[in-house]
Amino acid sequence: MEILVCVKRVPDSAENEIEVKADGSDIKRDDLVYSVNEWDNYAVEEAIQIVDRVGGSVTVASIGNEEAEEVVRREMAMGAHQGLLLVDPAFEGSDGKGIAAILKAAVLKGQYDLVLTGAQADDGAAQVGGMLAALLDWPYASLVNKIEVQDGHTLKIGREIEGGNQEINEIEMPCVLSIQTGINEPRYVGIRGIRKVASVEIPVMNAGRLGIDPAAVGQAGAGVKRVDYFVPPAGAGAEILQGSTAEIAAKLLDLLKAKGGLK
Amino acid sequence: MAAQVFAFIVHKDGVADDSALELISAARNIFPDASPTAILTGAGAGLDAVCQEVAASYKQVWKVGAAALIYPNAELVRPLLLKLLPKGAVLLLPHNTFGMDLGPGLAVKMGATCIPDVVGIDGLAGATLKVVRQEFNGQASTHLACDVSNGAVISVRSGSFRPDESRSAGGQVVDKSGEAVGLSARRRFVEVVQAEVGDVDITKADVLVSVGRGFGDKENIPVAEELAQTMGAVVSCSRPIVDAKWLEKSRQVGTSGKTVKPKVYLALGISGSFQHMGGLKGNPFIVAVNKNPKAPIFQVANVGVVADVLEFVPELTEKIREAK
Ligand SMILES: Cc1cc2nc3c(=O)[nH]c(=O)nc-3n(C[C@H](O)[C@H](O)[C@H](O)COP(=O)(O)OP(=O)(O)OC[C@H]3O[C@@H](n4cnc5c(N)ncnc54)[C@H](O)[C@@H]3O)c2cc1C
Ligand SMILES: Nc1ncnc2c1ncn2[C@@H]1O[C@H](COP(=O)(O)O)[C@@H](O)[C@H]1O
Repeated sequence: MEILVCVKRVPDSAENEIEVKADGSDIKRDDLVYSVNEWDNYAVEEAIQIVDRVGGSVTVASIGNEEAEEVVRREMAMGAHQGLLLVDPAFEGSDGKGIAAILKAAVLKGQYDLVLTGAQADDGAAQVGGMLAALLDWPYASLVNKIEVQDGHTLKIGREIEGGNQEINEIEMPCVLSIQTGINEPRYVGIRGIRKVASVEIPVMNAGRLGIDPAAVGQAGAGVKRVDYFVPPAGAGAEILQGSTAEIAAKLLDLLKAKGGLK
Repeated sequence: MAAQVFAFIVHKDGVADDSALELISAARNIFPDASPTAILTGAGAGLDAVCQEVAASYKQVWKVGAAALIYPNAELVRPLLLKLLPKGAVLLLPHNTFGMDLGPGLAVKMGATCIPDVVGIDGLAGATLKVVRQEFNGQASTHLACDVSNGAVISVRSGSFRPDESRSAGGQVVDKSGEAVGLSARRRFVEVVQAEVGDVDITKADVLVSVGRGFGDKENIPVAEELAQTMGAVVSCSRPIVDAKWLEKSRQVGTSGKTVKPKVYLALGISGSFQHMGGLKGNPFIVAVNKNPKAPIFQVANVGVVADVLEFVPELTEKIREAK
């Protein structure tokens, strides 16, 4: 099975305290720790496990600037067989539809049976997978937390729905699935693994090579444009307890007693 | 700009989802005198009952009943809506697991703009709709300018708009089931498997000590367990803790976990994402411990402690022990 996994390089929201610049033009990016979007890492692990079972290969693609290479290489160190970088100044400022249009062009350059995305990006809104499927006119399922290959044409999949219940479906290939966290346990990637793939060539494709009209993507083609970042006016918020650790613990003890928090 | 506005109503067991009433307010934030049309799909008597319920709040209700629609499969509902919706329509739907499945692809097929996970609507100027969205688990907010000249599919985050509870529409149900012929999809619904039941029932606990990613490592979980034991509380957690297999799924609080109604909730090393907070009901007394003073959890907690959980929690456990 030929699988394409779409991965995004994002500021890791678990590792960073995200702050908005004073003029609202962006978040402060200077000291941010970037990594592969959490959901995408599960998608790559799943693709590798499927190929281990049924054969085939895994390609990891990312749209971004030169720095996207770092996450593609990391996912190759996990065991993805090929990388693909989609880089062009014309891609900057793309909305979800623009990203999906670029990915569609990349998908059509290959012979994929299955395309995986993350369910959502840390700085996204859970839209690219569904849009990509619609542009390709392939079937789609979101929030997938189980994949079983049935035969050459169909997959049995689980979707995570409200309450942690699982909706089982059969879906025809080729298809697009967006992957939910927890579907597997992504393997650890050590320095040695990264070194092994350090010199593997990763092809780069721009708008021209992908056959994309630059006016249809990027800021120019975006129906959704970010105006600014802002911090909403703080509400009443929590009363922050002050003092030494011992003093705070003592205050909290009294509060817990008063509110019925101790038995 | 004038456009026809629709709301897709999600329902289960003959009862409409809470989003049904929130979407009315969201629609009025776009067009102040909007009278959105509700669309419901399904089958059988349950569908009729929920259509009647929704007609109290929406002037027009479109009912589409067909055996194939008994379970809401987005891959079937999408082509159906493409037939039903007029050109340039604005469709509102909840940003839940069904909305995420349906919305983005529908927008593409309609040639409309996709506007997902909206938490606020600033209003319409010409054909530009200004909305608010959050990024990085609520650590930053952003205004988006959206071109809605060819319509829009807008998914709305639960709890972001005040439900319109007036129930004064006295609406009419229009049967559009005739449109549901020849529906087919390349994805077939099989069954729903219920979440596993664990050894503890966090939904019954009065006091929950909840563990988040801030604990950093599986080895640190006992720090929380000791506090819970000392307090006579039960341990619950956020989703990453379950994903990493540090605790069982039955301990997870949130939209894809359990809905809990404790009296006291200790959120330890939890950022306060909407999916997590969505599982916390009944207005408990919330204590948050987080090393980041700007963590969104401090907006919703009653009391906050800015500290490293691994330093502060043992200290608190000790204090409680001494007091006993
Ligand atoms: C469809 C869907 C459904 C979901 N359902 C759920 C759900 O049911 N439940 C759920 O919880 N999540 C759910 N999520 C995930 C959710 O979006 C968040 O990713 C998750 O809630 C974050 O968990 P967290 O707060 O523990 O981790 P993070 O967001 O990473 O926050 C960790 C916090 O710990 C703080 N911290 C770090 N180190 C320390 C330290 N040493 N001491 C003190 N504080 C520290 C950090 O400042 C940060 O605020 C869902 C997501 C999706 C897409
Ligand atoms: N720049 C990008 N490059 C590659 N894949 C992307 C990019 N942006 C989004 N995706 C994919 O789309 C998924 C959902 O992103 P979003 O809709 O932005 O939340 C991500 O998890 C990725 O799999």
